[in-house]
Amino acid sequence: MSRYTLYKNARLLDPASGMDIKGELLTKNTKIADVDKKIDAPSDAEIIDLKGLCLCPGLIDMRVFVGIPGADYKDTIENTGEAAAAGGVTTVCVQPNTDPIIDDIAHIEYLATRAKNAKANFIPMPAVTKQMEGKEMTEIGLMSKAGISAFTDCSTTIDNAALMNRIFKYASVFNAIIIQHLAERNLSKNGCMNAGDLATRLGLPGIPTSAETIVLERDIRLLRSANCQYHASQVTCADSLDVLRKAKNDGLNITAGVAVPHLSLNEHAIEDYRTFMKLSPPLRSEEDRVSVVEALKDGTIDVIVSGHDPEDPESKRVPFEQAEAGVIGLETLLNVSLEMYHNGSMDLLTILSKMTSNPAKIMDLKSGVLKKGAPADLCIFDLNVPYRIDPEKMVSVTKNTCFDGKPVQGRVMRTVVSGESVYEYDS
Amino acid sequence: MSSENASFPHPHLLGIEGLKEAEITQILDLADQYVDQNRRTNKKKDLLEGLTQINLFFENSTRTRMSFELAGKRLGADVINMSTSTSSIKKGETLIDTASTLNAMRPDLLVVRHGSSGAVKLLSRKVDCAVINAGDGKHEHPTQALLDALTIRRRKGRLARLSVAICGDVLHSRVARSNIHLLNIMGARVRLIGPPTLIPSGAERLGAEIFYDMEEGLKDCDIVMMLRLQTERMHGGYFPTVSEYFSLYGLDYEKLAAAKEDALIMHPGPMNRGVEIDAAVADDLTRSAIQEQVEMGVAVRMACLDLLTRDKRRES
Repeated sequence: MSRYTLYKNARLLDPASGMDIKGELLTKNTKIADVDKKIDAPSDAEIIDLKGLCLCPGLIDMRVFVGIPGADYKDTIENTGEAAAAGGVTTVCVQPNTDPIIDDIAHIEYLATRAKNAKANFIPMPAVTKQMEGKEMTEIGLMSKAGISAFTDCSTTIDNAALMNRIFKYASVFNAIIIQHLAERNLSKNGCMNAGDLATRLGLPGIPTSAETIVLERDIRLLRSANCQYHASQVTCADSLDVLRKAKNDGLNITAGVAVPHLSLNEHAIEDYRTFMKLSPPLRSEEDRVSVVEALKDGTIDVIVSGHDPEDPESKRVPFEQAEAGVIGLETLLNVSLEMYHNGSMDLLTILSKMTSNPAKIMDLKSGVLKKGAPADLCIFDLNVPYRIDPEKMVSVTKNTCFDGKPVQGRVMRTVVSGESVYEYDS
Repeated sequence: MSSENASFPHPHLLGIEGLKEAEITQILDLADQYVDQNRRTNKKKDLLEGLTQINLFFENSTRTRMSFELAGKRLGADVINMSTSTSSIKKGETLIDTASTLNAMRPDLLVVRHGSSGAVKLLSRKVDCAVINAGDGKHEHPTQALLDALTIRRRKGRLARLSVAICGDVLHSRVARSNIHLLNIMGARVRLIGPPTLIPSGAERLGAEIFYDMEEGLKDCDIVMMLRLQTERMHGGYFPTVSEYFSLYGLDYEKLAAAKEDALIMHPGPMNRGVEIDAAVADDLTRSAIQEQVEMGVAVRMACLDLLTRDKRRES
């Protein structure tokens, strides 16, 4: 027997079609059955009155780290799923740096088995090179044929240009997307924050923006002779954006992402050696932050990610240089991004497109849209409710957020995955 | 309130940045008195009697640790030294655990040196007593800047409007950072001289003029502060050879001639003779204040120990 749910009195927001109307959405089992101003639902449909709340496609987060396998003291797949659900995220792309590293079909299948009952769709993003060592490529062909679309060495840059050249050429045959972390090894080595006068004042070794731009420039040069789909995982500075704009204008198959902290914070958040502000790539200057927001608006940057990376307190309660980089972010992906709507930097559909239709298009997913036949992955949120972010109220086991106490507007009220409500806000 | 018993408005001394001119003057004025005391035969006071001072050194040090030890003992405190080679830090204990352990022993003063910038501040948040930063990574070394200031003030009568050239390995130097802050607060003019590879990025925004040519940078300056070349912190080539470095940035009489005739030569020690400073210049008693700096160090540290325990002593 089919199971129907009708969501009525919704503000329907679908970035893919540009739709922003008051209306209704009907799900049938795991799929969207209809989207319209008024729907004649079957009489046995469950009716959920959203009372004017926003309803958009479930969010897709292209950069999420999990502790399983290998580091279950940090978190578990179940907990990552719960944190995703609480953040309106219905699909998480799992980075491969688990222990063991996800770099072949066996490990992909293991993750799929472990994630079967999680409250979000888990998409493994296997490594590009074996053991992420940057020496030999993984079985990109076999994994592609098994349904994998994107590969990344997540937090390690593939710095061997000859190998990268071969990877681009080889991957292009399978339409595989290669996702690169932009940090030239020698320029980033020992560095722990943005290079500049603040790093000098704090006495911390800096990472110049050139460490990012150099890798991007090199990869683009190689891509000009290999038609590979390329995604710059995170761009954080104005120089990289200039390079990216030109490559896009030249028609290269290239997209880029940015993490929420780089949109909302600058390097000064580190003041007093706050290890929860240690990120890779590091938080940049205010000028760079502004240029990144601008690039998001004009389409140079396609995707917003959380970069969700649980770290246990012990790896953060140490001097800044020794602290692990990384922050949790699934539960602050939407609400902190909405800051750009509330402060007038960007319209709502543009912001939502960076977490729904754009990643779906890059990753070749059926979700990320509100249309008949698409998976019933939905995010329902209150656009305006103000409150302060409280780590203690977060679902994530680890609390290493960089937004502790930040005032925000907007809250996820319900998350639906494959037609099932996996999260409901409970005040 | 007279300087004899005026409180110091900070619980710790973690850096020069954030101090006010009057607070620096308060420390220097008190240190002047301790210079006199230290020159007497009986150097001891019982001011800190019953108080416990722990010198916690995560990095090797002889002169700074001894200077703090002497300062504490001359004021009558019970002084204990703890260094990494003999402690459980080698056994993998975290900084915060070490801090909690020491705190449970109820010290009144902790003097801490650590190889990581910000580590002393982190530790200060976990203890109940006054903490003095004896050098953290490449961040600050406040008592060194204070003793330099005391040395200059006693020789030149003031700090304001003096031109001070800080030369050499600024990149790796916490001494340079503390001095840049202090000299700016006190109204002196700061110049940094060194090869571009050893001048940290954005240094001009800390309040300093940058020179890559030593003679140009030394022109008409009142104070020449040399820095030790910290080869132990260097990974990869920052300059081609020591002899090229000495030839371009080592202080010898020829380069010194560009400075004012009565320019004072300083060095935080330990010196690398023939690397950043010519031996003859270093030993020139009419020009060099290097030995005096060591003497001022004890007095400045006594002043800091005194000031940071005043409120506590008054309460008891």
